[in-house]
Amino acid sequence: MQRIRRPLNLLRTDRRRFVQAGLAVGFSLKIPAGAFAQDGKVNFYNWDTYIGEDTLENFTGETGIQVQYDLFADNNELFAKLRNGNPGYDVIVPSNDYVERMILAEMLMEIDHDKIPNIANIDPMFTDPAFDPGRRYSLPYMWGTIGIGYRKSAVDAPPTSWSDLFVSDKYAGRIALLSEPTNVLQLAMKAAGHSLNDWTDENLAAAEAMLLAQKKNITAFAPDNGQDLLLAGEVDLAMEWNGDILQVMEEDDDIGYVLPEEGGLLWEDCLSIPVGAPNVDNAHALIDYLLGARAGADIADFIYYATPNAAALELMDETYTDNPAIFPPPAALEKSELAIFPGQEMLRKIDEAWTRVKAG
Amino acid sequence: MAEGRQAAARRPWVFAAFALPSLGWLLVFFLVPLGIIFLYSVGENVSLTRVETTWTLSNYARILEPEILDLALRSVRIAGLATSICLVVGFPMALVIATASPAAKPWLLLAIMLPFWTNLLIRTYALLNILGTRGRLNEALGWVHGKLHGAFELVGLERLGLLEERFTPFTFLGTETGVVIGIVYVSLPFAILPLYSALERMDRSLLEASLDLGAGQLTTFRRVLLPLALPGVVSATIITFIPALGQFLTPDLLGRGQVDMIANVIERQFKGANDWPYGAAISMILLYATFILLALRAFADARRSAARAR
Repeated sequence: MQRIRRPLNLLRTDRRRFVQAGLAVGFSLKIPAGAFAQDGKVNFYNWDTYIGEDTLENFTGETGIQVQYDLFADNNELFAKLRNGNPGYDVIVPSNDYVERMILAEMLMEIDHDKIPNIANIDPMFTDPAFDPGRRYSLPYMWGTIGIGYRKSAVDAPPTSWSDLFVSDKYAGRIALLSEPTNVLQLAMKAAGHSLNDWTDENLAAAEAMLLAQKKNITAFAPDNGQDLLLAGEVDLAMEWNGDILQVMEEDDDIGYVLPEEGGLLWEDCLSIPVGAPNVDNAHALIDYLLGARAGADIADFIYYATPNAAALELMDETYTDNPAIFPPPAALEKSELAIFPGQEMLRKIDEAWTRVKAG
Repeated sequence: MAEGRQAAARRPWVFAAFALPSLGWLLVFFLVPLGIIFLYSVGENVSLTRVETTWTLSNYARILEPEILDLALRSVRIAGLATSICLVVGFPMALVIATASPAAKPWLLLAIMLPFWTNLLIRTYALLNILGTRGRLNEALGWVHGKLHGAFELVGLERLGLLEERFTPFTFLGTETGVVIGIVYVSLPFAILPLYSALERMDRSLLEASLDLGAGQLTTFRRVLLPLALPGVVSATIITFIPALGQFLTPDLLGRGQVDMIANVIERQFKGANDWPYGAAISMILLYATFILLALRAFADARRSAARAR
């Protein structure tokens, strides 16, 4: 005889099944982490691998303030996160041109210098930049350059000009550029002999044409792994951040870093407090701690970027202070420039030029 | 099924209690954000951080620029190629699983699904490893080349010049080929499952009848099996094509930034270019395209059921 199968009738429910379903729904909900304001807490939003190993632990040990540490991958992610209102961060780490952008958009809170005695540790070179006069909205954290990483055995001499990447076909098929439109076009303008902040329609068009002509010689537009391509031998020249190249220089002696004679791009990452931060006093405490000599030295020693903290610099040894990839020679540094925010109009034109380069 | 509907009619509040959380979820986390994106797409940037809905079509108009149309065409081409390959490769695999013994079936399904549970980024990085000039695939091809070359030498054919002396590795990364391989790899489970589902429900006796009546294997495949599996093929096509069109990770990583697709433009608008209305407009175009495809399919389904009813 055929077995009659009763179909499962969920609607003919019983109390036990209803409770089970209810628990399932309940456990899938979560009370948001920031729902209850807490004393002794600070929310720190930073780049990945951009702090010393024990820095935050030591901070909590000294001050008793707990740190909620979140990570972002690039400035665009940071800006997009904060664009529609601060989701609860107390201290953020934007780069100089994004500090400028956020000041314009009124997203940053003024920093009370009285609460930050360690401001005295900052090297005078960084105390009054054009993008934030008087450092009202930001304090320097780390700085560095974008230059050329290269494989010593593959070139007859260290590259001396951006045109090796942007114009010449000497290294055809062995070149990697960054993938951020603004950075690449800025340095293309440098290769053409202009300032990297000279955003005019003509300069932009010339840079676009230069890139379209060079595109066949370029192996990759690498988002942040140009140094890996260099290490793996897939490319011989890479436009990259100095810190990234330093990482692979540790693993391979055959890799070098140089700022070309036109100069490179100078960048500065800064500590800021976004408007709407829930723990403003603790934010000041964290910033003050990070600007301390010991903390600054620990951070610099671990992440190997250049520190703007003069007091921390005194605690470092020559392998750090004399490293030309971290602290470029004055001649090259002089011609390197900090980027300014091009403005929303120009951002659109930059994007359109970049789309044409990528589609061509 | 009919019992369920009867029960629903008898206890509408119980039905609502179960349906409401799901419908609420759909509303809050899907329809409302979609509505917001639509409002962005007809809006404008009034400051660095605020968008105002001015009901302008200027964002849609920007999509008609030649470079965007070029990228759109390239995306359709790459997605179309990837979908075709998925169908051609996936159909035999689905057939094998559908006709496998009940003991083997779950294992075969697991074998298809398991890579799918690994994060997309990790799978794409794995492909970077495999497709490089010194990666596994080129290693394998080089080995085959070596063996063939050795065999030719043995027979004395090497003078014919059929094979080069040394094996030059193929370049997959940074080309459309690499991107298509990446998309196929990522989309194959999506293609196999609907095909398997349709093939499993198919009445095998029809195939037997066709063979009994004298049609050969090929004719049976073409005129009985394929038409029966057609709904599965259509589902598989839609499920594979639409996400393939919206890929940006694979072109970025495997294409080495050289093979931009339309979704890369969208990503840039929400990040560096800070032009959310424009990005929203391009996204909505992709959405409209999806809706049109789904509507066409529903229309075709309705006509087929109407024809069958007659």
